[in-house]
Amino acid sequence: MNSWKYPAFWIALLLVVIGGLLPVITGSNVLRENIFLIMLSVALASSLNILLGYAGYVSFGHIVFFGVGGYIGFYLMAVQNWSLWLAVPAGGLVAAILAWLLGLAILRLRGAYFALATIGVNEAVRTFINNFGPLGGPIGLEVNFSIYQQYGGAATMQWTTYWLAFILTIAAIVLSYAVKFSRFGLGLMAIREDEDAAMVMGVRTPNAKTMAYILSAIIPGMMGVIFFFRNSSVEPHSAFRLTRSIEMIVMVMLGGQGTVQGPLVGAALYEAIRSFLLTSPLFKDLQLAFAGLLLLLIILFVPSGVIGWLRGRYRKLWRVLE
Amino acid sequence: MMAAQENILQVKGVTKRFGGLIAVNNVTFDLPRGQILGLIGPNGAGKTTLFNVINGVYAPTEGHVIFKGTDISGWQPYDVVKLGLARTHQIVRPLNDLTVLENVMAGACYGHEHHSLKEAQGIADEVLGFVNLSERRDMLAGSLNVAQKKRLEMARALASRPYLLLLDEVLAGLNPTEIAEMVQVVLKIREQGVTILIIEHVMHALMNVSDRVIVLDYGQLIAEGSPEEIANDPKVIEAYLGDPDLAKRLMENADGD
Repeated sequence: MNSWKYPAFWIALLLVVIGGLLPVITGSNVLRENIFLIMLSVALASSLNILLGYAGYVSFGHIVFFGVGGYIGFYLMAVQNWSLWLAVPAGGLVAAILAWLLGLAILRLRGAYFALATIGVNEAVRTFINNFGPLGGPIGLEVNFSIYQQYGGAATMQWTTYWLAFILTIAAIVLSYAVKFSRFGLGLMAIREDEDAAMVMGVRTPNAKTMAYILSAIIPGMMGVIFFFRNSSVEPHSAFRLTRSIEMIVMVMLGGQGTVQGPLVGAALYEAIRSFLLTSPLFKDLQLAFAGLLLLLIILFVPSGVIGWLRGRYRKLWRVLE
Repeated sequence: MMAAQENILQVKGVTKRFGGLIAVNNVTFDLPRGQILGLIGPNGAGKTTLFNVINGVYAPTEGHVIFKGTDISGWQPYDVVKLGLARTHQIVRPLNDLTVLENVMAGACYGHEHHSLKEAQGIADEVLGFVNLSERRDMLAGSLNVAQKKRLEMARALASRPYLLLLDEVLAGLNPTEIAEMVQVVLKIREQGVTILIIEHVMHALMNVSDRVIVLDYGQLIAEGSPEEIANDPKVIEAYLGDPDLAKRLMENADGD
C-alpha cells in the first residue's frame, strides 16, 4: 500500500518532532521534563491503542508492561551492571515475553472478562515483586548517582534518555501506523468488529491477538527502563500504579481509539489538562476524579474521541486525520 | 453431467449435541462438485447448526466432515476457510466500522488464497462489481441496508475464492426484486464453478436454483431428492410443510416462475 503517502502519518510525525525539539530551541530544562512526560504518555497510549483501538481488547492493567520492563531493566543496570543500551531492549524483550505468556492464558477471554483479568495480572505482579527479595521487595531498588558518570554525568544523561524516549515515541507512532495499514491490522480490526465473523473469514484470531498484545507491550517495557533509570529508583507502587493504566485508557479514548493520531492528541491533551489541574490549588486533589469524569463523558458523548469525531464530521479530511 | 464428478463435501453420520439437546442427529449426505444443494427444514431443525459444524464453528459430537478428501471435523473455522470453504451468516455480520471495501478485502486477505492488501483490493473491487455493490465501496458497512448487507456478506465470502460456498438464508428479508437479483448472483457463482450449499426459506426460489434438496427435521435428515420429489414427498409434506395444500401451492409458484 502507498498509505505512507497519506498526510496523516507525516502530520503525526511532525507533531512529535516539533514537540521533541522544543526544549532544544528554548533550552529550558523544565520544558524538557514536561515534554518527556508527554512523550512517555504518547508512547504508552499509542502502544495500548494497538490492542484497545485496533483489536478492541480493553486492557485495564497495561501499565504492568511498563512496570515489569522498568523493573527488569533497572535490576540489570543496578545489580548486574548492564549498560543502559542493553537494559532498554532487555526491558522491552521481557515485556514482550510476559505479554506472550499472558496472551496464551487470558486472550481467550473476551470483553469484560479480559479487562478484569488484566487488572488481576497487574495486581498479582505488583504483589509478587512487593514480596520478592532479589528485586528489593516493597522498598524497591535504587542506583547511586555515580552510575550516571558513565553516561557523561547526570545532566548529560537526562538529555541522552530524553532522546531515547524521543526515538521510542517516534517508533510507537510508526508502529501504530504500520500496523493500521497492514494486512495484519485489517485482521485485528475484523476481530474488533466481530471476532466470530473474523474467524469464519479466516483470521487466525489467537495468533493475531497474541501478536497485537506483544506489540503493545514492547515500547512500554522499554519506556519503563528509561523512566526509572532517570528516576534513579524503582518501587512497586510507582511501577504498577493501576490509576496510570486508567489514565492511558482515558488518553486513547480522548484522542480517538483506533486512530493513529488519536493517542498522540489524547496524551498531549490529557497531560495539559493534568498539569493544569495539578498546579491549580482548587483542583489538585481532584485530578484523578477528573480523569474518571472525563472518561465517562467521552464514552457517553464522543465515543470515537477527538480524531474520530472530526473524521466523522469532515469526511474530506480522512487522509489528513487518521 | 454431475454423476461422474467427485464429491467435494461428504458429511458422514454427523451428530451435534448441546447438553441433552440433539441439534443435528446422524446426518449423512454427499455434495458433488458443481451442484447447488438446497437445505430446508422448519425453524429449529438444525440447519444453521449443521453449517456451523461443517465450517468449524462447532466440532461435531460424532461423525465426520470431509472436504475435498480431507477430514476437517473439529478444525477451526479459520483453517477450514483456507482450504476453500466459505460461508455467509443468516444474521449478517458486517464489520460495521470498516468500509465495504475493507470488509471484502479482509475476506480476500485471509481466505483460501493468501493475499497482500494490494492484491486483496483488486479482488475486492472485482467481487463488489460481481454482487453489484461497487458504488457503495467507500461507505461504512454499518450504513448499508439489509439487502446490501446480504450482498456484502456474499461478497466477503466470495472474495476468499472458495470451492464450496455455504449460503445461510441470503434471500430472507429481501423484497421480490431483490430476491430475483440475488438468485441471479447465486446462479452466476455456480457458473464460475463454485459448489453451493444453500439454506433457504423462500421456497419457490430455492426450488428453482437447487439441483437437489435435502430436508432436516428435528436434526434428522428425512428426505433427499430433486426439488419436485421433495415437494411431493409425503414425509416432507407432513413433517415440514405440515399442510399438503400449502405444498401444492408452493410448487405452483415454482412452476409459475
